[in-house]
Amino acid sequence: MADIVIDHVVKDFGTFQALQDVSLVVEDGEFVALLGPSGCGKTTLLRIIAGLETQTAGRVVIGGRDVSGLTPRKRGLAMVFQNYAVFPHMTVFENVAFGLRMQKASTADVKRKVERAAALLHIDSYLDRYPAKLSGGQRQRVAVARALAVEPAVLLMDEPLSNLDALLRLEMRTELKAVLREAGTTTIYVTHDQTEAMGLADRIAVMYGGKIEQIGSPLEIYATPATRFVGGFIGSPPMNFIKVRCEQGIVRIGNITLPCPAGCEDMELGLRGEDAMIAADGSGIPFDVRVVEPMGSHLLLTGSINGQLARIVAPPTATINAGERVALKADPSRLTWIDSNTGRAVGRA
Amino acid sequence: MIAKRPGGLRRAILSERERPMPARTSWIPYALIAPSVAFLGALFIIPLVQTVWLSFSAGEGVSLANYQRMANDLNFGLAIRNTFLLTLVVVPLQVILALVMATMVSKLDKGRDMVLWVLTIPLGVSDLAAGLAWLSILQNTGYLNSALYALGVIPGPVGWLSQETPWTLFFGIVLAEMWRATAIVLVILIAGLQLIPKEFSEAAEIFGASPWTRFRKITLPLLKPSLQSALILRTVLAFEVFAVVYALGGRNFPVLAGEAYTWQNENQNYGVAAAYAVLIMAISLAATAVYLRALRTRPEQLP
Amino acid sequence: MTTSLSQAPASGAPRAYMLPSARRFLLWTGLVALLAWVLVPIYFVALGAFGGRTGVFRWPKSIWPSDLSVAPMMQFLNIEGVFNALMNSFIAAGLTVVFSILLGAPAGYALARYTFRGQNAYRLLVLLTRAFPLAILALPLTVSFIRIGLYDTPFGVSLIHTVLALPFAALVTQSLFMGIPREYEEAAWVFGCTRFQAFVKVVLPLALPGLAATAIFAFVISWNEVFAASILTVRERTLTAYLLKILSESPLHYRFAGGFILIIPSVLFIFAVRRYLFAVWGIASK
Repeated sequence: MADIVIDHVVKDFGTFQALQDVSLVVEDGEFVALLGPSGCGKTTLLRIIAGLETQTAGRVVIGGRDVSGLTPRKRGLAMVFQNYAVFPHMTVFENVAFGLRMQKASTADVKRKVERAAALLHIDSYLDRYPAKLSGGQRQRVAVARALAVEPAVLLMDEPLSNLDALLRLEMRTELKAVLREAGTTTIYVTHDQTEAMGLADRIAVMYGGKIEQIGSPLEIYATPATRFVGGFIGSPPMNFIKVRCEQGIVRIGNITLPCPAGCEDMELGLRGEDAMIAADGSGIPFDVRVVEPMGSHLLLTGSINGQLARIVAPPTATINAGERVALKADPSRLTWIDSNTGRAVGRA
Repeated sequence: MIAKRPGGLRRAILSERERPMPARTSWIPYALIAPSVAFLGALFIIPLVQTVWLSFSAGEGVSLANYQRMANDLNFGLAIRNTFLLTLVVVPLQVILALVMATMVSKLDKGRDMVLWVLTIPLGVSDLAAGLAWLSILQNTGYLNSALYALGVIPGPVGWLSQETPWTLFFGIVLAEMWRATAIVLVILIAGLQLIPKEFSEAAEIFGASPWTRFRKITLPLLKPSLQSALILRTVLAFEVFAVVYALGGRNFPVLAGEAYTWQNENQNYGVAAAYAVLIMAISLAATAVYLRALRTRPEQLP
Repeated sequence: MTTSLSQAPASGAPRAYMLPSARRFLLWTGLVALLAWVLVPIYFVALGAFGGRTGVFRWPKSIWPSDLSVAPMMQFLNIEGVFNALMNSFIAAGLTVVFSILLGAPAGYALARYTFRGQNAYRLLVLLTRAFPLAILALPLTVSFIRIGLYDTPFGVSLIHTVLALPFAALVTQSLFMGIPREYEEAAWVFGCTRFQAFVKVVLPLALPGLAATAIFAFVISWNEVFAASILTVRERTLTAYLLKILSESPLHYRFAGGFILIIPSVLFIFAVRRYLFAVWGIASK
């Protein structure tokens, strides 16, 4: 078990800066997801922690030991790769045993630990098969078993589920969570899929443009995004942003007024589609519905507020037609206010 | 095998980080290519320079004496004519034959591997052995004459490969060269054809293109890079042609490489041999340049 | 060239089993002709090799084998110098394999796995060798080889043959290594391997069949080379150099025996690597 300290890490690829001064502390036994769109630097950060890539500046400290200059094998960690990287010329058993063999574990030890990891991931029935004969999901299990077999202090996972089909992904996600909770390993998990990050992680670090935008628990990140990007990236549908002017602490939209935090004039009102309720009395933020999509569990309404695109979630039983104008209400405490100039949330303690 | 690079070079490399490998290990690729660079330097670049230098040095100082001697040699004109003639006839025929083979093979389902194996056997046959194989057919009491005799065309053994019958000798060499070296063109073309997605031709077919049009408008343009490399390879080798000719006709059919061999080994005149070598290299380079230019493809035009 | 093409029905799929029987017949006739074109000269040189003196001068010849025996072949092998030449050919080709793999595979690995300054220059050097008639570069080497004692040795011959095979080996192994995902190696590093261990445990086993094919091609390149081998040897000739030397003075049946021996290993080797033939040449001709 070990904690991980990422200390002002910078990574340049030529003139392109992949990571701009990233700092992050992962507690011992914690599960942190690095979440962001492709090209945000999340994989680069993971590879720097693994030692597959060397940072331009900054340090990586694992369990109190500065590993910045060490090769991957000296860092005492395990990794699950996006394409699994299950060795095709070795049986499942030898794949799972690979790390143990490199540690020169005794034969009995290897057998015991491989069997335990295999049982944990339900691959014990095909230990003597070659990976070519396995399905994608089964290979994925082998890759995870191989990582867990060495009982690593730190486990790194690089989009491990992205190559599975949707149903299998859901199943593996649940299983991963159970297995990793039991193992209690410090885990860093890279993904671009917010549901994976929300479902699995203790904390999520949302990355964008080589920086960490926000670190927090899944609920914090969802409810109180620190930046415009986080609000727009997390949640489905994404948070709506409506440009408003804040004058003397007051914002006017349609015929209603809302109190807004002081400090700047050009603001954006962040409103989650799920937080908006349709006001029965017709007074509230005016919303012109253009498209209604019945999603089963809810209705997804697309339309505009003050001429700006917005998506709202309504109860499945609501009777709303395209072309209608409805009034929206929201709990003021669930609104996010973004400074248009900086893109950062304001007025939050 | 792996040697550390000098510090100066290493520092220069460290500034480059445009790659997904730890920068501190940047000396590794240099260590990996160093042995082959040293080897090619010693046995490709140096001999190249030596050849050129040797060809210009006769007695004392730089002179064109070797080239004069080469040009005044009785066989020189013949060797030039024969080599060019062979190349101009053999290379296009090989490409056409290879295209025919490739098209026919592409229509096969079963037996394809077996047919391809047989068609590529000559790939492993040396030009000397190819010459000898055709000698068994074309010699005076060979199988060609036996067949002609059986058909009543000739009354008895006839010589085809002597000095008195330069054209049949030439034709025999063409046959042997086509037999031997079409395989390499075939392999390059089939490798190239495998890279062309079937959908292109199928799409053209849906729009009503005839097979000949499809071949001309779709396959051939997409095959251009492969054709280019096949042509370069074959042309360079065709200017080097030598052992086939010797096996079939001895010195009855002078070619450039053969003259170089004779001046070197029999006349022991390294200078004139080097002049021939430089001439062959110059022709090869010129041919390569012509092909590179004539069969240029812009990368954005390829799938 | 286009007979088979233009005869395929415009609306039909270009697959053999869809062809009408008449066209199929034509296709197979053409193919049989092509197969005969390749095989018949080899058959005849074999008849010549095993037919001995009487076979060579029989007139008119029958295309069917008669009076064949291994005696003429044994006789040929017993001629002074033939067996030695055969051995020299094997030694030179074997050394060429070793050198071109040892020098070419690391370069191929570097090209496949790293981006480095000078990479394009190196690639150009490798491709440049193709525009040159390489064997002819043996001419000036005679002098330097005499000076350093490499003249007239299979080792010296193998050096110039390696110049022929090395660029090929570098390009083919490059694509071979590119076909092995980098992630395998990275996984091996993470799980405790040094770079070298990772190469040996993970990359090498996966690359082995392709490396074997590359080695066989290097062997064939050396085995068949005539010019440089003839220039660089006098007594310790390779088989090709020996045959070239005796061409004008030896009886026909010996020549055919020599030609046959030259052909056999190549045919077997091409058979062994037939699966890689197109992949390898597709790469090497880029």
